[in-house]
Amino acid sequence: MREVAVVSFAQSAARQERARNEVEILMPVVTQAVEESGIPRHEIGFTCSGSCDYLAGQAFSFVSAIDALGAWPPIAESHVEMDAAWALYEAWAKIQCGMADSALVFGFGKSSPGEIRDVLTLQLDPYYLAPLWPDTVSLAAIQARVLLESGKASERDLAEVAARSRRDAAANPSAHQRDPAGVDELLARDYLVSPLRVHDCAPISDGAAAVVLAAGDLARKVCDRPAWIRGIDHRIEPHALGLRDLATSPSTRLAAEKAGLGSVPPEVAELHAPFTSQELILREALSLDAGVRVNPSGGALGANVVMAAGLVRIGEAARSIRDGEASRALAHATSGPCLQQNLVCLLEAE
Amino acid sequence: MTEKLPDKIETIITPVSLEYEYTPGRASTIFLRGMKQGRILGQRCPVSGAVYVPPRGSSPTHGVPTEGEIEVSDHGTLLSFTVVHLPIPGSEVSPPFVAAIILLDGADQTCLHVVSGCEPAEVRMGIRVRAVWKDRADWDYSFENIRYFEPSGEPDVPIESLRRESSA
Repeated sequence: MREVAVVSFAQSAARQERARNEVEILMPVVTQAVEESGIPRHEIGFTCSGSCDYLAGQAFSFVSAIDALGAWPPIAESHVEMDAAWALYEAWAKIQCGMADSALVFGFGKSSPGEIRDVLTLQLDPYYLAPLWPDTVSLAAIQARVLLESGKASERDLAEVAARSRRDAAANPSAHQRDPAGVDELLARDYLVSPLRVHDCAPISDGAAAVVLAAGDLARKVCDRPAWIRGIDHRIEPHALGLRDLATSPSTRLAAEKAGLGSVPPEVAELHAPFTSQELILREALSLDAGVRVNPSGGALGANVVMAAGLVRIGEAARSIRDGEASRALAHATSGPCLQQNLVCLLEAE
Repeated sequence: MTEKLPDKIETIITPVSLEYEYTPGRASTIFLRGMKQGRILGQRCPVSGAVYVPPRGSSPTHGVPTEGEIEVSDHGTLLSFTVVHLPIPGSEVSPPFVAAIILLDGADQTCLHVVSGCEPAEVRMGIRVRAVWKDRADWDYSFENIRYFEPSGEPDVPIESLRRESSA
């Protein structure tokens, strides 16, 4: 295996953008990530992005994002219709294959132009499920109900996740939800879709994020403290929700095992959980005990740029290593309804 | 009541409708506001100096923000074309009509529009064209304010002079 590291990370301040379009949001983020990588733009060997045309309601919107790159002379480029954490996986594989020594990975999206809870319904089975229009929040609420009924968590546990996430997000200038609130205060609020309250659900955020990967000696040359990707794996569960035990995440558990999590716990875990209940399910699947610092960035509950929020987890975990806050960090990304597909990335200092 | 059911179900209809509030972005807003005033506005790449119309906010060859509000002419040169024999739904232009790549004077990027007001057989690469605008009272925030382009009668531009070695 080639050694591959995250050498830079940039993200926009998540918010609902009324003035800028996707390219205008993305361009300064890509420029910052490339400049901070120390690798000249035209020497980066591969570019891969993650986005979803359904968010903007525009066909091939990802193609126009290329305008943010300065793709002249022509570049080697690819795209996944998924969170950009999976674009990072593709870039990592490209470097493993020896086809590049460095890569720019970016994700972007605006969820605010449409009704995101309805837009994401179209990722469901088109014959049996999508015609019923179960929205994202309702499906997550069904999952949360299964979790609560299993006896593994209470509504207070959900509120504690929300309170901690909001407290951490308030200290993160890139976060969107920056309004701290205590557990009792949160529990006194109304349900949105029972048993979920508004604070159990991620905010609707627009934005972009970018990461630069580099292999071996190049990473050491351009970066004082590269965040080495020691393992990365992703696993998927059946599409039909009725086939799954929604209170567990066997795909996360397996991805972590294959990524090499082993028995040494990470110091930091950045989990891509757009709902409080999902963080609890992920923590159990990853066997994270109370000693692991979960989502110091505020997580997806602090800012949820759909199609970039998973990549942001990797970027934040890498930053904790590059800043010397951690020597071993775990990043997780999810895709599909109710944690259907999960990616685990293990990062370490030298 | 018994209804005979088909042996094979070959089609189901599941209506899907999503509504979006579109944000054109800063650069396209400049262009659309210009259209409302009957002006064609682009932006300039600060590195190459190329003027992009309609602007998208970035210089695609350099990956930097484009700048300013650069007004270009509503006269231009036709670089390529095809004769279309299919109708455009909802369009006032009926086939056969000419879909053309037009380089407006002052712009470095071509745009696509319709050429009408002449026989398709008269259209050729290098012919000079000018915009035919809707009535001022009907101007909206839309490229459709230009109904079509028509031959202007100016002398043709030699094809060789239109070739570019590489991108701007």
